[in-house]
Formats: sequence, C-alpha cells, structure tokens
Amino acid sequence: MPDSAKPPNHLPDAPGVGYKPRHFGDILKQPHPVAWLEIHAENYMGDGGRPLAQLRALSERFPISVHGVGLSIGGEAPLDAEHLARLKRLVSWLNPASFSEHLAWSTHGAEFMNDLLPLPYTQETLGRVADHIDQVQIALGRQMLLENPSSYLAFDESTFCETDFLAELCRRTGCGLLLDVNNVFVSATNLGMEPHDYVDAYPIDQIGEIHVGGHDAETDRHGAPLLIDSHAHPVAEPVWDLLGHVLARSGPKPVLVEWDNDVPEWPVLRSEAECAAAALAVVSA
Amino acid sequence: MTVSQTRFLTALLDPAAPVPDGLVDASGQPAAARFNVYRNNVVVSLRDAICVGFPIVTRLLGQENMDGIARMFVRAHPPSSPLLMHYGAEFPDFLSGLPQLSHRGFLPDVARLELALRHAYHAADAAGLDPAALADTQSEALLRSRVTLAPGVSVLRSDWPVYDIWRFNTQPDAAKPRHVAQDVLITRPEFDPAPNLLPPGGATWIAALIDGETVGSALDMAQRDCPDFDLTTCLALLLSGNALTSLARKD
Repeated sequence: MPDSAKPPNHLPDAPGVGYKPRHFGDILKQPHPVAWLEIHAENYMGDGGRPLAQLRALSERFPISVHGVGLSIGGEAPLDAEHLARLKRLVSWLNPASFSEHLAWSTHGAEFMNDLLPLPYTQETLGRVADHIDQVQIALGRQMLLENPSSYLAFDESTFCETDFLAELCRRTGCGLLLDVNNVFVSATNLGMEPHDYVDAYPIDQIGEIHVGGHDAETDRHGAPLLIDSHAHPVAEPVWDLLGHVLARSGPKPVLVEWDNDVPEWPVLRSEAECAAAALAVVSA
Repeated sequence: MTVSQTRFLTALLDPAAPVPDGLVDASGQPAAARFNVYRNNVVVSLRDAICVGFPIVTRLLGQENMDGIARMFVRAHPPSSPLLMHYGAEFPDFLSGLPQLSHRGFLPDVARLELALRHAYHAADAAGLDPAALADTQSEALLRSRVTLAPGVSVLRSDWPVYDIWRFNTQPDAAKPRHVAQDVLITRPEFDPAPNLLPPGGATWIAALIDGETVGSALDMAQRDCPDFDLTTCLALLLSGNALTSLARKD
C-alpha cells in the first residue's frame, strides 16, 4: 500500500443516514441517533449554491462520508482524469471521514449510464480494478473503501467468487471494504446462493463501513424471485437479520441506512436509524 | 465467452439487440430476462433525471407523455458526464425536432428557462454589489464603467411568453399567459434562482454588458433597439438580484 493511501477512514461505529436536502432542517434539530452522514460525491461537484452551503454547515456538526457513484472503477477504459480531479477537489475541500466507491462500471466510451454495471471476476479484471484503486488512493492521498454490487446476473467467464475477488483487491491495494448487506441479500437471492455463506466467506477485518437499504421484490418470467436494489423502501426484515449476523462477526461498525428514491419524512428515516442503533447495541454490550 | 463492455453497453441501450452470450442467471441459463433489469434501471434513472430537471415541461406535457419523450431523449442523448446536474443541455433542441410537439412551439424555450435556472442553482457564489456604492457614483462615471455579472446570471430571449408560463405553473393566482414575446433575466439573489421579466431593450443592454461593453455603450445599443429603454428599472433588477458583482471605470 502506498504511504499516500493514508489516513484510514474514521467514521464512528454508530448509525448514519444518506443525506437528502429535504431533511436539512430536521437533521440539525433532531439528529439522534444519527451520528454521521453520507453524501453522493457527484451531487456536490457544482461550483456553489445551496448544495455546497448545506454541506459546509453539516460538516461542522457531523462526520461526513463521501460516496462516489460515477468513477467507474470497474471500467475497461482508463479512469476519467477530469472526474478524478473533481473528486480530489471535493475531498480536499471537505476532508471527509471516509471515501468509498463501487466495484462496478458506469462509463464506457463517451457515455455515462448512471447505473452500477457488473463486471466478470477474472485475473484480467482484478489487475485492472487494482490499478484503478491505486490511482484513486494516490490522487486522494487516503485509503478508499470498495462496495460490493447488487447483481442480477453472473458472467460465465468469472474465475473468482466475489468475496475472494474483494479480498485480493484489499491485499493488492490496501483499500478497505464497504459491505452493503442489502446488496449481499439481493445478489444471493438473484443468483441462487445463501447470503450467510457470503458473509462467512467475506474478508470481515477489512470492513470500514456497512450499508443497509430497501429493495423491491419481484418474480421473473421463469417464476424465480428477483430482487431489485431500489433504495425506495424500509430495510427488509431478512436484511436486518443478516446485519446482525455480520455485526456478530465484525463487532461494532459504522452502519448507514440508504433511502434514495421515494424519500420519506425525517421521522421515518430516523426510525430506520433506530433499528441500526439497536443492532449495534447487541454487539456493543 | 468474454463479454466486453462495448457489447454490454450496445445491448443495454438497444432493447431490440440480443443479450450478449456469456451472461447467466441463477440456474446457469442465458440471462436474457435478468439483463432487462439493467436495461430498465438505466433508462428509468435517466428518464427520471430529465423529468426532475424539467418540472414545468413535465407539468405542461403531463407525466405520461413526458415519460415517453424523456425515454426517447435518453436513448438519443445518453449523458456524457457523471455530473447529472448538467444533463439535458440538448433537450430543448430535441423538443424542437419532435413533429408531435410542433403545435406547442413554446416548449423548447420553457426547457431553456429551466436549464438556465438549474445552471444558476449550481453556479459559484458571488457577493453582490452594495447598491449604496452605486448611489455614490456620478452618472457620467457610471456610463464609462464596465460591470461584472454573477456567474449564474443569464438572459433568455423568447418569441413566447416564457415568463408568464413559468409564473402560471409555479405561482398561485398567476394570470393565464397571452401570446406575447418575453425576455427573461435569470438571477440568484441568495440560493434560489429567480426569473425576472425584462422590459423592452433590457435583454440587449444586459447581453452587451455580458459581452464587456461599458454601461454607456450598452445603453446606446439598447436605445437603438428600443427608444424608450429604461435604464433605472433594469439596473434595479440587477442590483436586487445580486447580479452585479463589480463595477470598474474604463481605463
């Protein structure tokens, strides 16, 4: 790991929520038990105005996690240097408690797809993703966390399982991991695997942050269950159970509730954070 | 079989294209149905970005029509940057090119107004000039000065009543728009962008200021366009909108 890939992340081992501008006033008045906030990096890459003013105010009260959704770390093409420079500008200005991105791609050629697209897990993709992570950690001068994706299909050509692929990336680059427990549940259901097995095989010591969020439950045209990572609902009961299983292995960690679509009133999101606090209390006792 | 990102992306944007070989579902079978989840996620998330970015166009068209038009737009013009705050710059021209909307010729200018408001929302912060500083300036000196406008400021000239359409769709009790041409000044007094109706000649004057003309020569141009041009009203609009950030004597 390059020396420049320090300092590590330092979010509190407590509940956080994904920040939505509509909750700005409520969060300042009534944050408990929310101890930290996460923002999507790309929404704060404008030149000024209310988004940056709100972020400045929030950063005076809360540790902030910057979560990128557009760097396309899994892309075949080189990283977008302009976008990496924008990210560096934001991270230098804000000095957040954590930076994370996804094991996925979203840009190819001149086009940005605004989705987290899957990649095969092979020696070739491993080398490429590791190079991209090195590049990000050097540019930002800090360790990054990498999040596991929600999957709806698999690649025939894959030669690694996802947990081994992530573990090898940590070993090669010194990055940490963001374990999205909802994504584990969604992917395992969609790909016919057991979510607990995934957690048991996961490099648990590398966790710097955990995500939970809501999903849509559908049935595909063959009658098989199909879960969609929509972030538009409360966290499902089996996902809370799986979080308990994770925390029992990992001990207390920063746990974020994500709710990005059909965003509810603050008390609803706050009560989801209460559930995360309860799950953390079990392992903190 | 290796699935390149070029093959993946091509199939993603074209619902008629075959799903690439080498993608499998839980039972190891070709993942045709599962691939559609990605197709749907991409188009729906970008469609929603367009609807959210153009709320008045959405209201004027109705959600169902707008969804269909936004889907067409997304396939024709996928974003070229991860900064979705800038997505949709081609949308006004795209609307102009749709024969089914030719009877609603005002829509492209309404979309241009919404783009200008969004641009102003994300523009760099700038402290507006204190009106008192201007009050102390002799009018002769003022006419020989150049001004700097705040980064979010822009002017939209339209053959349509875009300002009244904006008001009618955002303010209670606003009058129904009549068919007149309107020029609009977009300012951002603090954090909320505001459209302002410009009196005749105002758009020419401000466009000349943006081009770096002195207040006086911009005034000459505005008066050539419109002999009744009212400098005081337009100056007051700029000042109240925090749109003037500096004033410097021409050297």
